[in-house]
Amino acid sequence: MSSIPTPKFEDEARRLSDEMIAAEARHLAQRRAQEQECQCTEGMFPTPAPTDRRTFLFAAGSTVGAAAGAVLGSVARAADQKAPPGAQYFQVAADATKEQGRPVAGDGGYGSRSQFETEARWRFPTANEYSSWSMTPLDKMIGNLTASGLHFERHHGGIPTIDPSTHMLFVHGMVGAPRKFSMADLKRFPSVTRKHFIECSGNGLTEWVKPTLKTVQGTHGLLSTSEWTGVQFAAIAREVGLKEGGTWVLAEGSDAAVMTRSIPLEKMLKDAILAYGQNGEAIRPEQGYPLRLILPGYEGNTHIKWLRRLELSDKPFMTREETSKYTDLLANGRARQFTFEMEAKSVITFPSGDMKLPGAAFYSITGLAWSGRGRVQSVDVSTDAGKTWHPAHLESLPDPICTVRFSFPWTWDGTPAVLQSRCTDETGYVQPTLAQLIAIRGANGPFGSIYHLNAIQSWAVDADGSVTNVHA
Amino acid sequence: MFTRDACMGAACLSLALLPLGAFAQAQAERYGFGTPATQDELSRFFSIPPDGRGLPPGSGTAAKGAKVYTESCAACHGDQLQGNPQKGIGGDRLIGGRGTLATKTPIKTVESYWPYATTLFDYVKRAMPFSAPGSLSNDDVYSVIAYILSQAKIIQPTDTMSAATLPKVAMPNRDGFEPDPRPEIQLYR
Repeated sequence: MSSIPTPKFEDEARRLSDEMIAAEARHLAQRRAQEQECQCTEGMFPTPAPTDRRTFLFAAGSTVGAAAGAVLGSVARAADQKAPPGAQYFQVAADATKEQGRPVAGDGGYGSRSQFETEARWRFPTANEYSSWSMTPLDKMIGNLTASGLHFERHHGGIPTIDPSTHMLFVHGMVGAPRKFSMADLKRFPSVTRKHFIECSGNGLTEWVKPTLKTVQGTHGLLSTSEWTGVQFAAIAREVGLKEGGTWVLAEGSDAAVMTRSIPLEKMLKDAILAYGQNGEAIRPEQGYPLRLILPGYEGNTHIKWLRRLELSDKPFMTREETSKYTDLLANGRARQFTFEMEAKSVITFPSGDMKLPGAAFYSITGLAWSGRGRVQSVDVSTDAGKTWHPAHLESLPDPICTVRFSFPWTWDGTPAVLQSRCTDETGYVQPTLAQLIAIRGANGPFGSIYHLNAIQSWAVDADGSVTNVHA
Repeated sequence: MFTRDACMGAACLSLALLPLGAFAQAQAERYGFGTPATQDELSRFFSIPPDGRGLPPGSGTAAKGAKVYTESCAACHGDQLQGNPQKGIGGDRLIGGRGTLATKTPIKTVESYWPYATTLFDYVKRAMPFSAPGSLSNDDVYSVIAYILSQAKIIQPTDTMSAATLPKVAMPNRDGFEPDPRPEIQLYR
């Protein structure tokens, strides 16, 4: 990418960029400290070693000597180690087959994850912690859905606590008769349940000019996938009636930002969901409890959380979020507006940045692919920086506007390699290279055209097995 | 792949038709869920489009706005409207930056980037000041945006902002936006 001139950032941009790098470094240091403490290598590719946790636990059950060691080890940990977020600490039994486990429903009736699972979101170090975002640890995610507690967040005024018994959705403007709906009212309508990804349009904003963050959590972590349940907007529209001439719908949240976006009525009627369910339970507070607008394939900020109002109109309202923010300033000084759709994209999550392969061997490369315009049609993988491409295996049938996990069998010969994945969606759109995107839009990011980066990601594997974020 | 898609399409179609068929037997014209929303209930909401529809009565000038700004805005946006990137604050810069949008260091402010003055009223009334969102009176909002627009040299220091004048303010970057041209056709296979 040597053809792109190095921009001179304004001081503020430089500071933010430096702070992002520092925040990721802090997170990585913390992770390493934990790993040292528990003598394991989770998250990297596990290096076979007698102190590896799995080996350790297995040994604990098989030999008396190791069992004694395990007890001592866990006692030592109990004293100074708290359970990670979302888990409770329990002592590991010397032999779980020789004593009763915990009593049934001793957790109060709501389960938590294992104390050995430490993956967590980390917050992007914006100066203000109420208007900020946190990233999903994609390198640690398993399967296709994102655990609700690890779904990325983007808030503009913190996370409100809303009592669902008093929450109301008002629908008014160019409608037959304005109406309000309680949560109980909304749940009486026929519902739909659909899997969709949500991606922030700022996902990867640090990566336009040069590789900046180390991990896939940093470069791609503003992406998450859930099963959403709720009422289709079309059902509500039928209930209130639509006046002729209405073409836009303002959606408003009940957070401190009273976040608003104007959405084309056509989109609302096509597939918008007023969602109250996420992955089999009520939608999480950080995701908009008790009600969130889901707009499949649209940039994340339009999926208004804590939804309280829909106003039908004959034109967009030109809110702050659709004029001064979330518009794409191009190198020519003009800005694209209402760039709603998230285009086809994919990323390899294993191996990915900051991991280390233990040596030449077989590896199952895996990652996620998605498109805001429909189903993923195919994914290709390259191990030579895009010179040659090979079809990847899709691990499940792709849902429309949903991620799909892909994998590719790779026998690494120990020489340097550059791993890439490339998604093609059902419309025939092919995920571009960064050079292709910049050729069209120009390069004035970060802090120019920072949004909608869906370029092919490259991970370099060095001869020593270390994996780094590169532009190739 | 093609065959599988065709199968999925057919499956979706039949799934979609089933509930429709079921409804057809017993569905009334409306479910009747929810209750009418009264004008009184709706009166607390606002969203101001560029034509100014919904702007409330009241007015303000830069002179009064300077006081509001000092009390409610300067801590985060700086006493010269220059912004404050300090940890725990992170207030946007509000003025300056004209002529920078096509450079490698674009500075996006109310003055250089915002296309509509009505958005300023909507946003300040809605979500500012950050520590007490929505707490300013209509007169205070008109005043403080008169101050910002005046400091940005978009209006005269003596101009009064009101429902009548605000939609007529000509913002420098009014024509700087274009609709989404994507999909970028050269990226199809």
